[in-house]
Amino acid sequence: MVSLKNFFRRVADLYIDGFRNMTIGRSLWLLIIIKLVIFFAVLKLFFFPDVLATHYPDDEARATAVREALASPVE
Amino acid sequence: MYDLIGVVDWSRAQFALTAMYHWLFVPLTIGLALIIAIMETLYVRTGQERWKGITKFWMTLFGINFACGIATGLILEFEFGTNWSNYSWFVGDIFGAPLAIEGLLAFFMEATFVAVMFFGWNKVSRGFHLASTWLTALGVSLSALWILVANAWMQHPVGMEFDPAQMRNVMSDFWTVAFNSFAINKFMHTTFSAWTLAGVFVIGVSSWLLLRKRNISAALSSIKVGAWVGLAGIVLTLSTGHGSAALVSRVQPMKLAAMEGLYRGKAGQDLVAIGVLKPESNRTPDDPMAFSIDLPKGLSYLIYSDGEHFVPGVYDLIDGISLTADGDTLRGLSYAEKMEIGRRAQDALRDYDNARKADDKEAMDVAAAAVKENFAYFGYGYLPTPEAAIPNVALSFYSFHIMVIAGGYLLLLFIAVLFFCYRKAEILKRPWMCWIGILSIAVVWICSQAGWVLAEVGRQPWVIQDLMPTSAAISGIPTYSVKLTFWMFAAIFTGLLIAEISIMLRYISSASKSDIENPKH
Repeated sequence: MVSLKNFFRRVADLYIDGFRNMTIGRSLWLLIIIKLVIFFAVLKLFFFPDVLATHYPDDEARATAVREALASPVE
Repeated sequence: MYDLIGVVDWSRAQFALTAMYHWLFVPLTIGLALIIAIMETLYVRTGQERWKGITKFWMTLFGINFACGIATGLILEFEFGTNWSNYSWFVGDIFGAPLAIEGLLAFFMEATFVAVMFFGWNKVSRGFHLASTWLTALGVSLSALWILVANAWMQHPVGMEFDPAQMRNVMSDFWTVAFNSFAINKFMHTTFSAWTLAGVFVIGVSSWLLLRKRNISAALSSIKVGAWVGLAGIVLTLSTGHGSAALVSRVQPMKLAAMEGLYRGKAGQDLVAIGVLKPESNRTPDDPMAFSIDLPKGLSYLIYSDGEHFVPGVYDLIDGISLTADGDTLRGLSYAEKMEIGRRAQDALRDYDNARKADDKEAMDVAAAAVKENFAYFGYGYLPTPEAAIPNVALSFYSFHIMVIAGGYLLLLFIAVLFFCYRKAEILKRPWMCWIGILSIAVVWICSQAGWVLAEVGRQPWVIQDLMPTSAAISGIPTYSVKLTFWMFAAIFTGLLIAEISIMLRYISSASKSDIENPKH
């Protein structure tokens, strides 16, 4: 039990010390966070809705919508 | 109709933009992970501290690239749901399963072992650290595998059955999907090309160090590792490229014809080594080239290992004509006939929908059987004319030839660099040679991007080979919204690319002023 606790403490220390001693890594994490915020909080939320999930309530309605779209004869 | 064309083209442009941007980072991550694993192995095996310093230098560049590239692939998944909703639904769990595995692998393997790799120096044993570095290299390659399995299924759909009730393809055999011949070949070709790219990157950056006369010993040692990995990569890339062409000739013969600018084929077909196509308005099926240097019977030999074999051109395929080795004409299905079959499948699907609304189970079964019978050419039913199945020949032709010519150049580069490394190291320090190394970085990225342009443009109009053309895959969304997000992506990605390059250059410049082989931390 003690050794397991030590193991988790060592793992936690690895990450904590690692993040604390970062140099160039700080800029990179900032870049990653900015990127993720833009992607998920802006692009996904406002510009990239799941079209079928938004317009149709369940899988059956989605299947019907796609079937009707794909079974339309070519003009 | 005009709006549909606008949405299709803009959505394709947007997908191409995001995929090509994503692909700027991925191959460097895959290839550089292998190179740093080899460098760290040299450190552990020899016990020389200089290799630890060299490993850390390249590991930091790996980290910068990894951080800039991470999540850029997520955008592609956003686009599936918004721009390509018919396609996303139609592919069902076949696309979802490999992507889910990729997501899990990426999270658990990369997140765990990348952390040990960067934070674990002097905290875990050398052996464990080395194992983490190798597992990171393995993890990034395995991530690529599952993405490529998904892509390969679109090029060669196998291991599924179409269910008209769910209106999607249902995976019937996971292992057939996973071990699809296209997937295996694509994975190897892509991974080896990533080794090549990273090899050139290491040579290029090291050449800059030599040009500046900084850290010469570290640069020369790095060049050796980069050149060996690059040489292995390019030889294996060329070899798997040959396998890829053979697969394409069987499953996507139109792509093969387009990439060779071949409108009318013949037995004993020449291979265009270098060529320029006539402008489309002046191009005729029997004389499409303005200029070319051909290898006699090269294409027949390359594809079929038989110099006399017939290779069909664009119009032979449309007419369904091929020839035996003895010159006898074989008549297969023409594209017009395939279009008829596709339309029968669509009619049956419509019947199915009507029967379902009328709750007529018997009619539903009859219609489902008719869909199944004609499903192999389902996508042809959407084509307005047989000629609509011809991809952009010029783009396919030039991307293929740029890729091959650049690949040949890189093979020579690696051989020359290795020769100089072991026989005349002084030449590597000469400015002209340094500039060749630096400028080759651009060549290898162009080569890598050209390969994907060929793979994706050459298979048009299909988003799923023979089953779904791009025009049927699209969502009913307004063109202006796709245009808007296209330009947003262009701006965001350009900003991110500038950020990556500037962070990388700043790091290389500052690290080069210190002793890379004996870092302070």
